[in-house]
Amino acid sequence: MKRSNTFLLTLLGFGFAFFYVPILSMIVYSFNGSRLATVWGGFSTKWYATLLSNTQVGKALWLSLEIALLSSTIATILGTMAGIALARFTKFRGRTLFSGLVTAPLVMPEVITGISSLIFFILIAQYVGWPSSRGFTTVTLAHITFSMVFVTTIVQSRMLSADRAIEEAAMDLGARPWQVLRDVTLPVIAPAILSGWLLAFTISMDDVVITNFTTGPGTTTLPILIWSKVKLGVTPDINALATLIVLTVGLCVLAAGVMMSRAERRAERDRRMAYRTNE
Amino acid sequence: MIARWFHRRGWSDMVIGLPYVWLLIFFLIPFLIVVGMSFATRTSTAPPFGFGGENPLINLTGYARLFTDTLYIRAFVTSLTNAAGAMVLCLLIGYPMALGLTRVDRGWRNILLMLVILPFWTSFLLRVYAWMGLMGSNSWFNKLLTGAWNWVVPQAWDVANVPLMHSNFAVVLVMVYTYLPFMILPLYANLERLDPTLDEAAMDLGSRPFAVFRDVTLPQSIPGIIAGGMLVFIPAAGELVIPTLVGDSSSPMIGRVISDEFSSARDWPMASAVAVALLILMVGPMMVYSRFEARAQARERSE
Repeated sequence: MKRSNTFLLTLLGFGFAFFYVPILSMIVYSFNGSRLATVWGGFSTKWYATLLSNTQVGKALWLSLEIALLSSTIATILGTMAGIALARFTKFRGRTLFSGLVTAPLVMPEVITGISSLIFFILIAQYVGWPSSRGFTTVTLAHITFSMVFVTTIVQSRMLSADRAIEEAAMDLGARPWQVLRDVTLPVIAPAILSGWLLAFTISMDDVVITNFTTGPGTTTLPILIWSKVKLGVTPDINALATLIVLTVGLCVLAAGVMMSRAERRAERDRRMAYRTNE
Repeated sequence: MIARWFHRRGWSDMVIGLPYVWLLIFFLIPFLIVVGMSFATRTSTAPPFGFGGENPLINLTGYARLFTDTLYIRAFVTSLTNAAGAMVLCLLIGYPMALGLTRVDRGWRNILLMLVILPFWTSFLLRVYAWMGLMGSNSWFNKLLTGAWNWVVPQAWDVANVPLMHSNFAVVLVMVYTYLPFMILPLYANLERLDPTLDEAAMDLGSRPFAVFRDVTLPQSIPGIIAGGMLVFIPAAGELVIPTLVGDSSSPMIGRVISDEFSSARDWPMASAVAVALLILMVGPMMVYSRFEARAQARERSE
């Protein structure tokens, strides 16, 4: 048992090296003084200065944040509704199609989602006259559509594992179904809604393929800006930008993780206290 | 009046109807348009398709070309082998890691799990980019590999640098790197639930550690292997970003072919036919995955 554990832990160590060496190497090379991105030429922070003076990057970041905030919020509302519908309404007309529509975007290759959205937007622009040009609106609509199903998955599985007895108790006490949803169900699934929103936000901030198909001239999100530069090769200023993004996201995720595990521990302690007082 | 309607059925109609209509308009209709487009004829009008000419309404030449033009056959073969390669490598790397995670004590385990998920939250594009920096012929990583290669093989085979970039190997390597968390997490969730006393029982009955793994752990982890495998295989087969950045442009993957047919060649019917063919190929793996997922969820609920 002991020896096999050592073996597994060594492999685990190698696995984590595989995960993090490329990222660390990218961070180190962002401080490279040389113009050649992969040849070391002494320590320098000049690429960060170049980056900060580049107004394009700031604009693209701002646009990405706007699209991500708007699309993830609408996606969360629609996705939560779909999750509640699938978890609580077992019989309604077209339920099979509905649950198919909720699963399909999860497994659909991004290229196909991108192309079908683009063809759709081109055709309705042709025959309906709206949207007159592709850009902010079309990108946001596409992001809402493919990120809402992730929210649905999270909310639905939380609803299915939630204790229905509380809802039934509220019902027995005379609450109308709508009131039960508002006052009992929504507070119970609130953490799932929050993580769904975070996921939708991240997906929107990160998306290249679908944005690339649905965007138009002048609407350059941050991933699209990076994509157009990276296609030409490795450059030191992208190393600097990547470092800033990875560090920001990393710190946010770590902080969220610490907060969540603390909240979990507190909930666990409260539960134990509650049992003890009941005894 | 409105309040009564709302309380009776209005709210439930809304909860079902709004997301339903949204997905019908923005997902199903675009998808049906693509399916219809795959039977259209390419024209030089704008938009570049029509339903007339020699083959009115249903034109199957796109589908016929899929089986006759070697470009498409090769693209499908490349995609499937690359995705299968990435899946197998992810399993070989991810399984020991997932098993290792179950042997770490609780406090460390949460930190390590977070370290597995962390790259997933950072930009996908930048994770691919990080490897572009490593694989280039002047990078320290390539020099290290070149040195190791020249030291191992006879002098006649010496190379100036290992040609990593723009190869199918690079595509598989970067896919393994970006999709590895998708393999580790379902495997870990599966392995973590296994009863450790079964291992101990096998051990007490005289099994060696490897035999315990082969006869006790491995058979019980098959649902996790399938879930992880499909989560890697499905997106890998339709991948566009990775082959564009690090792949060999003379043997493109299917995602690249669809995108090129659509944008550069402006042949919408052909792009649609290739897309529909890709989906038909993916239906099998998708159904396997959703069946195992449904079973796992049912088990979770019964527990």
